[in-house]
Amino acid sequence: MRERRLPILATIVVFLLLYAIGGFYFNNFLTTRVFGNLLTDNAFVIIAAIGMTFVILSGGIDLSVGSMIAFVGIVMAVLVRDGWHPLTAALVLIVFGFLLGALMGYIIDAFEIQPFIVTLTSMFMLRGLSAVISQDSVPINHPFAEAFGSFRIPFPIGKGWLSAEALVMIACLIVALIIAHRTRFGANVYAIGGDAQSALLLGVPVRKTVVGVYALNGVFAVVAGIVYALYTSSGYPLAAVGVELDAIAAVVIGGTLLTGGVGLVIGTVFGGLIQGLIQTLIIFDGTLDSWWIRIVIGGLLFVFIVLQKGIMRSVTALGSQGAA
Amino acid sequence: MTQEIEPRVTMRGICKAFPGVKALEDVEFTLHPGEVHALLGENGAGKSTLVKVMTGVYQCDAGTVTLDGKEVHISSPAAAQDLGINTVYQEVNLVPTLSVAENLMIERQSSVFGFISWKKTRERARASLARLGLDIDVGRSLGSYSLAVQQLVAIARALDRETKVLVLDEPTASLDAHEVETLFGVLRDIKARGISIVFITHFIDQVYAISDRITVLRNGRFVGTGPVAEVPRMRLVTMMLGRQVEGHTGDRPSPDTIKMEGEALVSAKALGKSRYLKSVDFDLRAGEVVGLAGLLGSGRTETAKLIFGAERADLGEIRIDGQPVSLRTPKQAINLGFGFCPEDRKHDGLILDLTVRENIVLALQSKQGIFRRVGEAEQNRLADEMIKALGIATPDAEKRVGQLSGGNQQKVILARWLVAKPRLLILDEPTRGIDIGAHAEIVALIRKLCAEGLALLVASSELEEIVAFSHRVLVMRDREKVKEIVGQDITQAAIVEAIANS
Repeated sequence: MRERRLPILATIVVFLLLYAIGGFYFNNFLTTRVFGNLLTDNAFVIIAAIGMTFVILSGGIDLSVGSMIAFVGIVMAVLVRDGWHPLTAALVLIVFGFLLGALMGYIIDAFEIQPFIVTLTSMFMLRGLSAVISQDSVPINHPFAEAFGSFRIPFPIGKGWLSAEALVMIACLIVALIIAHRTRFGANVYAIGGDAQSALLLGVPVRKTVVGVYALNGVFAVVAGIVYALYTSSGYPLAAVGVELDAIAAVVIGGTLLTGGVGLVIGTVFGGLIQGLIQTLIIFDGTLDSWWIRIVIGGLLFVFIVLQKGIMRSVTALGSQGAA
Repeated sequence: MTQEIEPRVTMRGICKAFPGVKALEDVEFTLHPGEVHALLGENGAGKSTLVKVMTGVYQCDAGTVTLDGKEVHISSPAAAQDLGINTVYQEVNLVPTLSVAENLMIERQSSVFGFISWKKTRERARASLARLGLDIDVGRSLGSYSLAVQQLVAIARALDRETKVLVLDEPTASLDAHEVETLFGVLRDIKARGISIVFITHFIDQVYAISDRITVLRNGRFVGTGPVAEVPRMRLVTMMLGRQVEGHTGDRPSPDTIKMEGEALVSAKALGKSRYLKSVDFDLRAGEVVGLAGLLGSGRTETAKLIFGAERADLGEIRIDGQPVSLRTPKQAINLGFGFCPEDRKHDGLILDLTVRENIVLALQSKQGIFRRVGEAEQNRLADEMIKALGIATPDAEKRVGQLSGGNQQKVILARWLVAKPRLLILDEPTRGIDIGAHAEIVALIRKLCAEGLALLVASSELEEIVAFSHRVLVMRDREKVKEIVGQDITQAAIVEAIANS
């Protein structure tokens, strides 16, 4: 048994269990429509969480994601209002996200400052900037935005469909899987998260990797912001408050160790979907207050953190019985 | 010198200074192809600095390095690796959360169309381990394997390139006897391939088991080099310790002051901990000083820590006042009336930002528990009393400890334990890093405390001081007590002989 794969198994079990509970208690739960909506509604959080996975795998954290989503939304809305094509705005914003992330990564590594603090500054600045650009919600009216919103690929069975949001998420997932598991950059992210000092001695370019991780996360956060803006057809300076924490929760529930070095991108997708499922279940129930979503996710997080601690002990136990 | 074999590496006139310290002064080192060359010396001898010059971690201030007859300038670890000089450090510098294959192949994975092929990469990892006779599941995380396997993986990684020189920095420090044998088997194989091995160790027996030649450094200077057969143990130990070994005993306590009767306060029987300390036994009575002598890594500090409960013994037994006890935590030892002054004052003992008074009352406070605060007046009285009794040179009790000299810091630690009225005081290297004057004061203090009826267990690398204050000396070698010397027989020569003989 590869101990490192245990957390992801636990995640999948929880996911299936929640699905079974839904199917057992509610009619219409096991339909492609519910599944399609699950993907659509959670696409932006999952995209942000995929980016966050790299950050956490490297042993860091990024708190600026929620603010970045709001900032992207408001800038895009204003630019579209001023006559830009949404895709041009998106491209410019992606470059911006990449550069800001790279800068944060550089500061974190070069000055040895806690990622928590560095990304906190971006979190404040981006949120403040969003409000300076516009205090109010700005609608996005553009033929492209409408086409994006009404795009749908029907599932072969049932009444459900795959939305554009879900497609972007799946594309992000594929790119992330390749980066994480098929490139040296990805291997190096795991290495510096496991033990940065050793990684350096093994010849891993630590600086380049850290800068790359935050730049990559910047891009994912911007894409999440674009998806969110198109999903809500607007930009709003107070949007997506705390989404970085939802993303972190998705990563952890998805089996990635907060200390870095161990975890899978695919786990994060399940982590995000689990949060979405809990939300769906509580909405289906209809009697419970929506705050119960938080309570259940909190409890789940707690269980996963304790589970991980136990697994980590067995993985790094020196001279364990598994020795040859 | 024979001209037939051209040396692989020659280092001449190597000097390296750090602010305030001359780490290396005019050191020379010659490494032949296909030999295991042991590099020996006590703490601060300059072994690691010399090796780090060779592996490009440090740049030497003066001197030349030649590799295969050509002068080379090794500017970084990467440059050293390009030249075929690879290092395996004592602390396995691999990533425990990654798989064995990932560790072996990081930054050199096989790729297909620019993307990593893990199948090919794993095959190559398996092949490189097979060369060392290791057949394990390379997909499992490294951390799940024993330290010995991790060590072999580190060696396999170091050998993956065009290796000419393999530097092993204390590779056996945390291995057991069987694992050491396996490692030595691998080293003999590597040697047979013409690769030169620099082997840093503290274990004399291992030097004689595996090495072809020896080089000894002391205090940053070159002491000597030669084939292992021409350096008997006795001479090697003398070279390392660097003391003129005469029969001189110094000012010894006369034997009639030694209380050999009476019940032992502490009695250890075959006490040990697997992978940490093999075995030590001794009796310690009130009013007695037992010295722990031996080379670095021989088990001095380890013994002290086991007796204080800082490490948990799992072999043998320890009796206190005749009652068998199992010491699990320092707290327990403190409650039994034990005190411990660790080797590294700054890391393990003193809190430099607190005042002299605060540091002194710390142990007493922790003994009483947090709910019974030691009163302000009491604190001041105790601090003043100790400052006077031990002659701590400080203007007043409110000075921060970090501002005192090393000798005075050491006295503050002693004071801390003394206010708690201990029955046994364990001192590890009590005179490390303090000047000569303070040195003599500490030795005098140890004698005075002993005369007052305290039992002391003192570990030290300074033979002179061990001889000066001990009633009995336990000589440690390779993590085991090898000899006990009592009373008039305690001389530096006797201790050196016990360390050297196997």
